[in-house]
Amino acid sequence: MSQTIAQKILARASGLKEVEVGQIVTPEPDWVMSHDNAAAISKTFKKIGVEKVWDPEKIVIILDHVVPASTPEYAQNHLDIKRFVEEQGIKYFHGMNAGICHQVMAERGHDLPGSLILGSDSHTPTAGAYNAFAAGIGRSEVASIWATGHLWLRVPESFEIMVNGKMPKGVYAKDLALHIIGDIRADGANYMSVEFRGETISEMTMASRMVLTNLAAEMGAKAGIMDYDEKTEQFLKGRALKPYTPVKPDEGAEYQKRKEYDASDLVPKIAFPHTVDNVHDIEKAEEIDVDQVFLGTCTNGRLEDLRVAASILKGKKVNPKVRMLVFPASWEVYMDALKEGLLETFIRAGAMVMNPGCGPCLGAHEGVLAPGERCLSTANRNFKGRMGSKEAEIYLGSPATAAATAIKGKISDPREVL
Amino acid sequence: MGIAHKYGDDVNTDVIYPGRYTYKQLSPEEMAQHAMEDLDPDFVKKLKPGDYVVAGKNFGMGSSREQAAACMKYAGIKAIIAKSFARIYYRNAINFGLPAITIDTDSIDDGDEIEVDLEKGVVINHTKGEEYRFPPFPENVIKIIEAGGLIEYVKKDIGKQE
Repeated sequence: MSQTIAQKILARASGLKEVEVGQIVTPEPDWVMSHDNAAAISKTFKKIGVEKVWDPEKIVIILDHVVPASTPEYAQNHLDIKRFVEEQGIKYFHGMNAGICHQVMAERGHDLPGSLILGSDSHTPTAGAYNAFAAGIGRSEVASIWATGHLWLRVPESFEIMVNGKMPKGVYAKDLALHIIGDIRADGANYMSVEFRGETISEMTMASRMVLTNLAAEMGAKAGIMDYDEKTEQFLKGRALKPYTPVKPDEGAEYQKRKEYDASDLVPKIAFPHTVDNVHDIEKAEEIDVDQVFLGTCTNGRLEDLRVAASILKGKKVNPKVRMLVFPASWEVYMDALKEGLLETFIRAGAMVMNPGCGPCLGAHEGVLAPGERCLSTANRNFKGRMGSKEAEIYLGSPATAAATAIKGKISDPREVL
Repeated sequence: MGIAHKYGDDVNTDVIYPGRYTYKQLSPEEMAQHAMEDLDPDFVKKLKPGDYVVAGKNFGMGSSREQAAACMKYAGIKAIIAKSFARIYYRNAINFGLPAITIDTDSIDDGDEIEVDLEKGVVINHTKGEEYRFPPFPENVIKIIEAGGLIEYVKKDIGKQE
């Protein structure tokens, strides 16, 4: 039987030769990841009545959501996690000096081609840029894997998204991803494994590929996967924690859905409030005043994102009516940006450089919005109330759009300032 | 029998259970109080235990937060019935012992008196005198729902092995 990447990885992890779409399997993941919610998960784990986790070397815990703690409750969560990690001998605990979990998973060599990664975060599919099958799951599911080493999964249908053509100047992976979401809608890939390929994808950096797999979650996908190539190999050199075997789909593998896009005629895109699939060309958003510009997150807080934003802000000033917050996705990104002088460019322009982490993306701290305020964000969600007040509005765009917007104080086309 | 509380398409996890509570460890009673807070502030007030949430497509899209399923169960919701579910929400609901039923919900109106028979795979609308069939759940899913959720199921299962 010809198999997709999803089928091959799930079969291997389940100890089976092959699996059919729709089949329920109970694979053992190569990594199971959680973040600040490991505190709640550890309490659920204790309720199961098992003393020790199934494999302390396959559990990854990364603190990123509310770091450092903003309230005694959050501090207690972090303390509970620290104690659990010590008690269980969890090998891969990346504390709050690492970065956003999806970025750290890549940097620290967990995102391995052909691996099965399950994580208690909806943007876990980000790891698929490294040819992994990575899916988001719930907290009880993580607790049950910690106890048993397995979880039931339904083998998903696959959806091939082919992108060809050279992306025009001022247009980035974020614009392409928003364009696709606007086209297929927020449930366009529901339950499915999306395989992205085509010359545009091959040309992309690993960081840009991660933007697409990250946003696969906003298409409803269970996983978003890219093919392995020399760029993947290059990134993993000196990082990969284990040997790995890349996975390719078989000739004649069955795709329930296929879509093709031409990247060469794309323009910058904006997702309007309050859904990620409410996507329009930037033209429609120009002249919308903003109070905050938020550059960062697991979607767009990587070095190349900071580079393009800094290139636009160099020698310019953030509009005095706007506060601009810059959150590098990890301390590795922070250090690289520091060495390149990007952070100095941001600070001189009047932006605030913050500590790596999720920041205000989920509305917990460090830049939440007041009623009536508008934010241009490089994140992946613009749901009502997500960043604080439910009377606030969130517009999503690329890092270049964010920088151009910060200067003007209204949503602006980056092609005019590049 | 319970009342149908009807909502539209793409109800997301941020309005079902806002992020400002996600990383606070609240009691089941407290979690129930925040159910649907940013979509329908009166939801908890008008609810009776045994009622149903009925919605359009892609219910529960967004975050993996399990509390978005848990708060419904703690608020007394017996099942969620929608045209389709976002995949993590679907799993979270079942893993919390809260049936997530997929049918065409167009003919169910807010306030209809409905009933769900999981074994037979049917939703009965007493107000309209109609029945809507759905394919039965796979065996493993029924076991999880019957046990009251994944954790309860794993507890029993581990007990059996020992």
